[in-house]
Amino acid sequence: MSVLRLTTATLAKDFRLEWRSKDALNSMLFFALLVVVIFSFSFDPNAEESRRIAGGLVWVAFLFSSVVALNQTWAREVRNQVLDAYRISPAPSNALFLAKVIGNFLFVALIELLTTPLFIAFYKLRAVGPAWQLFPVAALGTWALVVNGTFFAAVSIRTRSREIMLPLLLFPISIPAIIAMVSATTAILTAEYSARFWIVLLLTYDVIFTVACLLLFETVLNAE
Amino acid sequence: MKRIFPILAVLTGAFLSYALYLALVVAPTEQTMGDVQRIFYYHVPSAWTAFLLFAINFVASVVYLVRRNPAVDAIAVTSAEVGVVFCTIVLITGPLWARPVWGIWWTWDIRLTSTLVLWLMYVAYLILRRFSTGGQTPVIAAAVAVFAALDVPLVYFSIRLFRTQHPQPVIGSGGSIDPRMLHVLLMNWYAFLCLAALMFWSRYRLEILQQQLDEAEGLESLEMRSPR
Repeated sequence: MSVLRLTTATLAKDFRLEWRSKDALNSMLFFALLVVVIFSFSFDPNAEESRRIAGGLVWVAFLFSSVVALNQTWAREVRNQVLDAYRISPAPSNALFLAKVIGNFLFVALIELLTTPLFIAFYKLRAVGPAWQLFPVAALGTWALVVNGTFFAAVSIRTRSREIMLPLLLFPISIPAIIAMVSATTAILTAEYSARFWIVLLLTYDVIFTVACLLLFETVLNAE
Repeated sequence: MKRIFPILAVLTGAFLSYALYLALVVAPTEQTMGDVQRIFYYHVPSAWTAFLLFAINFVASVVYLVRRNPAVDAIAVTSAEVGVVFCTIVLITGPLWARPVWGIWWTWDIRLTSTLVLWLMYVAYLILRRFSTGGQTPVIAAAVAVFAALDVPLVYFSIRLFRTQHPQPVIGSGGSIDPRMLHVLLMNWYAFLCLAALMFWSRYRLEILQQQLDEAEGLESLEMRSPR
């Protein structure tokens, strides 16, 4: 079977499981909602201030809720010995990895779509700059979090206290991506400077780490 | 081997004392900052040593992924540990100097921030090694080390531009360094390198012994399970 067919098969399986249980989606959505509400209790900015800080708040909320999703990526597979079966099978492991990344990307993107209106309402946000640029920033930023997050989740299932290990690994490595997505979002919302450099930096980050993940995932999956 | 170690330790101690003497007494006093500047002879050599050790960690991790040699993994873990020690010294001595000179403990300057991020990444690496179970630790740790090294240029560029959007205290703009100061700085660096090499060596021996112990225990439990 080709990589593409394996990827779609794994993706379809994950979606069917998620559709029936809705575990990850519900917990993520509720978590993101809580973060939004708690942030609005913690800060009470006027419209001008909220435009400056919203980029940071939004991405911190997305970062935390994506960790919730990422932690559940491999848990089910470990429980049912799927990973052992995958190691024995001749299927290329990158197909499995890509399916997990795309699945997580779609989950997190859905959460972002659902919580962004709340942010806009709670913080009375209105972009001064070109608002359409928020879409590439959101897509590239989410990919940056999810591709490394899926990889580090596969690393952290090999450790004790795996739930805490994932953010410990993911957050330091993600610092340049977080700086880039926050700066790009702030640039678009305030129109004080151009977001172009940050979008290019995010794209570079995504390319470098997607390649690194694909090169090293098989090694990590088979590490014994 | 065992007899050489104390001798080397004494020699390194003597060299470090001499370098301290150079830094505190021989080196000329800086014109504007005064004696506070002398912490520079500890700060900069620690930074160079830490960066060197992190570079060694990266090379060792790549080699380990290719060759799977346990001794190379011991080099990787040792260099990360000793590197974190020196990086911590950098992060403590930096604010101690910044407070009297800049008037603030910390600023999101590019060098400060990238050093902090580097420290965070290698502490995460060491925590991963501590929490990892079973024999796969070297492989996943090496993979994470490669990720950390790939991140370094991205951290640098992102903070460089991030910084330009914020007001900064002005760092003494370049200028040439007094040759006597440079001499003292280099002597201090050599002394720090000796110290790092000494720590590296003793930690490396410990790691090798630990590996042999684990191997022996593994064999023993195998033999107990299969009675002949």
